[in-house]
Amino acid sequence: MFWANVWTVYAKEVRDALRDRRAVISMFVVPTLVMPLLLLTAGAIMAKVVKKAQDEVSLIAIVGGADSPGVVAALRTDDRIRVVDVAGDFRQAIAEKQVRAAVELSAGFEAALEAGAPASATLHFNEGDMKSGFGVAELERFFRELRDRTVKRRLQERGLPPGLVQPFVLERRNAAPPEQVGGNLFGGIVPYVIVLLCFTGAMYPAIDLTAGEKERGTIETLLCSPVDRTALVIGKFLTVLTASLATMACTLGTMLVCLLLVVPMLPAGPGAGVPALRLDPLGMAGVFVMVLPVAVLFSAVLLAVALFAKTTKEAQTYVSPMAILIVLPAMVGMLPGVELNAKLALIPILNLTLACKEMLSGEWHWPYLALIFASTAAYAGVALAAAVALFKRESVLFRS
Amino acid sequence: MIESRGLTKVFRDRKRGEIRAVDGLSLCVQPGCIYGLLGANGAGKTTALRLLATLLRPTSGSATVGGCDVVAEPGRVRARVGFLAASTALYGRLTARETIEYFGRLHGLDEPLLAQRVARLADELGLHEFLDRRCDKLSTGMKQRTSIARTLVHDPEVMIFDEPTLGLDVMAARAIVRFVRGCRERGKTVIYSTHVMSEAEKLCDTIGIIHNGRLLAEGTLAELRASYCEEDLENIFVSAVGGEAELGAA
Repeated sequence: MFWANVWTVYAKEVRDALRDRRAVISMFVVPTLVMPLLLLTAGAIMAKVVKKAQDEVSLIAIVGGADSPGVVAALRTDDRIRVVDVAGDFRQAIAEKQVRAAVELSAGFEAALEAGAPASATLHFNEGDMKSGFGVAELERFFRELRDRTVKRRLQERGLPPGLVQPFVLERRNAAPPEQVGGNLFGGIVPYVIVLLCFTGAMYPAIDLTAGEKERGTIETLLCSPVDRTALVIGKFLTVLTASLATMACTLGTMLVCLLLVVPMLPAGPGAGVPALRLDPLGMAGVFVMVLPVAVLFSAVLLAVALFAKTTKEAQTYVSPMAILIVLPAMVGMLPGVELNAKLALIPILNLTLACKEMLSGEWHWPYLALIFASTAAYAGVALAAAVALFKRESVLFRS
Repeated sequence: MIESRGLTKVFRDRKRGEIRAVDGLSLCVQPGCIYGLLGANGAGKTTALRLLATLLRPTSGSATVGGCDVVAEPGRVRARVGFLAASTALYGRLTARETIEYFGRLHGLDEPLLAQRVARLADELGLHEFLDRRCDKLSTGMKQRTSIARTLVHDPEVMIFDEPTLGLDVMAARAIVRFVRGCRERGKTVIYSTHVMSEAEKLCDTIGIIHNGRLLAEGTLAELRASYCEEDLENIFVSAVGGEAELGAA
C-alpha cells in the first residue's frame, strides 16, 4: 500500500509538472532547443570569424630596418604579410588594431647576418587579441625560415653537413591513450557541468512541489488524505529526482551532439588549438552511476529547504545561494594537483569531481569509488530523512 | 460521531509567546446532526477543525472521530473524514476528473469503484460539462463543486467544513448550504465553522460559540435564545463573548 501511494503521488506530480509550461521549458525546451541552438550558432560564428581572421593577410609594421633592405623587401613580398608604414608609435598602432604586429630589427641586422655576428628581431603584438596572435605567428614563421636559410648558407660556405647543427632528432609523442587525454581535458569540466545541471534541474520542481503547494493552498488538501506523510514526501522526492536527471540527461545529450558538430567546424592552426573530443564510454557510464547519489542528495536537500519556505519567492531566496555553495567544491576539484584520497572521498561534490576525473582518464580506484558512493548515499539518506521529518512538522507545514 | 474532551492546542511564538489557540474544547456531534462552530476571525475555529481532521496534533486533551482517536490513529481518522475549507484549494493543472480520481486513489479506492464514484458524483453535483476541463479554467462555483466531489469521493462518515462559503457569491454559497443539508439527510456527522450568523441559524442543529479558543456557549438555537433572553443570534453571540469591547480586543 505504501508504494502504491508513492506511485499515485509520483504519477500525479509528474503529470502536473509536464503540464507546467515553466517546468517544461526549464527541463526540456532550454536544454534540447535553446542550448544547442546557442551553442551551434556561437560555434558557427566563432568558426567563421576565426577562419576569416586566419585567411586575411596580416598587416605588419617594421620598426627600424632602414639598413636591412633585403629583409624588408623579403617581408614586403611575403604572400601572408602586408607591410604597413606607421607614422606614429607602433605600439599605439597595435593597440588601435591598425596593424596586427610589428617587428623591430636591431641596427645593422642584415649586415650582422652576413658577417655571422649576433643580430636580434623583436616581435611586438597584443596578447589579448586573436588577430594579433595570427600576425605574430606569421612573423615567427618568416623569421624561422630566414634563420634556417641563413644557417644552411653558413654551413654550405664552410663545407659542413646540415646535420652538424642537428646531431639528433628530438620527437615528442603522446604515450597516453586518447581516452586519458580526453579524460584529463574534460574530466574536470564534465562533473562540474553535471553537478550544476543536477542542481538546477531539481530546483524549480522542488520549490513548486513544496512552497508552491503551500502558496496555492493545495498542501492542506493533500494532507487531508489518509496517506502516510512519508509516502507523500517520497512521491514528491522521486518527482524532483526525475526532473533533475531528465534535465541533466537532456542537456548533456544535446551538448555532446553539439560539441561533436561544432568541434570539426573549428579550424586548426595557430590560435585555434581545439583538442580532439574523445571520452571513454565506460568512464562516462561510471560518471552517471556516481552522479546518482548526488542527484538524490540535491533533490532531498532542495525539497527540505524549499518545504521550509512559506512562498516560492522565499524558497528561491534560500535555494539560490546554494548554487554557489555546490559550485565551489566542484571548482576545487578541477584544480591541478588536487588528487583523490580517503579524506577528500568523504567531501560531497568534491569527491565526485575527483572521481569523475579519474574515471574519464581510465583510472578506477574501486575502494575510493565505493567510499564516495556509500558516503554520498548516506548523506542523501540523511537529507531525505530530514525532508520527511520536516514534512511531519506542523510548524513547517502551517507556517504563517 | 465526533467527540472531543478538553482539546487544547498551544502554539509557541517567539514574539507573542504562548498562544492557546484552542483551550479545553469539549463537544459531541452525533450522526445526522450539524454542529455549528460560531466564532469571530482568530477565535480558534480553524485550529479546532484542523485538530479534528488530524492536520494538527493536540497539545493536550483527546478526541475521537468516527470512533478513531485523532492522536493514535490519524490515518484512520482521515480515511473517515471529508474536510472542506476555503483554504483547501485544487490542483490547477489537473482536470476535475483527475482531481477526484487522485484523491480517490489516495483513499485506497480500486479502479472500478473509483470509476463508479466519479460517475455518481458527476451526476449528483452536475460536473459533466466541465469534468475534463482543467481546474484553473473553472469558475468559482465549478471549483467549489469539484472540491465537494473531492471531499466525498471516499464516502466519508464525518464531514468537516471550515468556512466553506468564504469568498463565494450568493449562488455558490447557497449550493454549499444545500450540500451540507444533504449530508445531514444522509446521516453523516457534520461540523461546520462559520462567522456568518444567518448560515448558523439556517443550518445548524447545535451551535457552539467559540472565543479565544474556548467554547463559551453551546446549545440548539432555541436553547441559546432562552438562556440569553435574545432572539437575534448576533446579539446572543456578542453577549456570549462578553460584549463588543471584548470582541474588538480579541
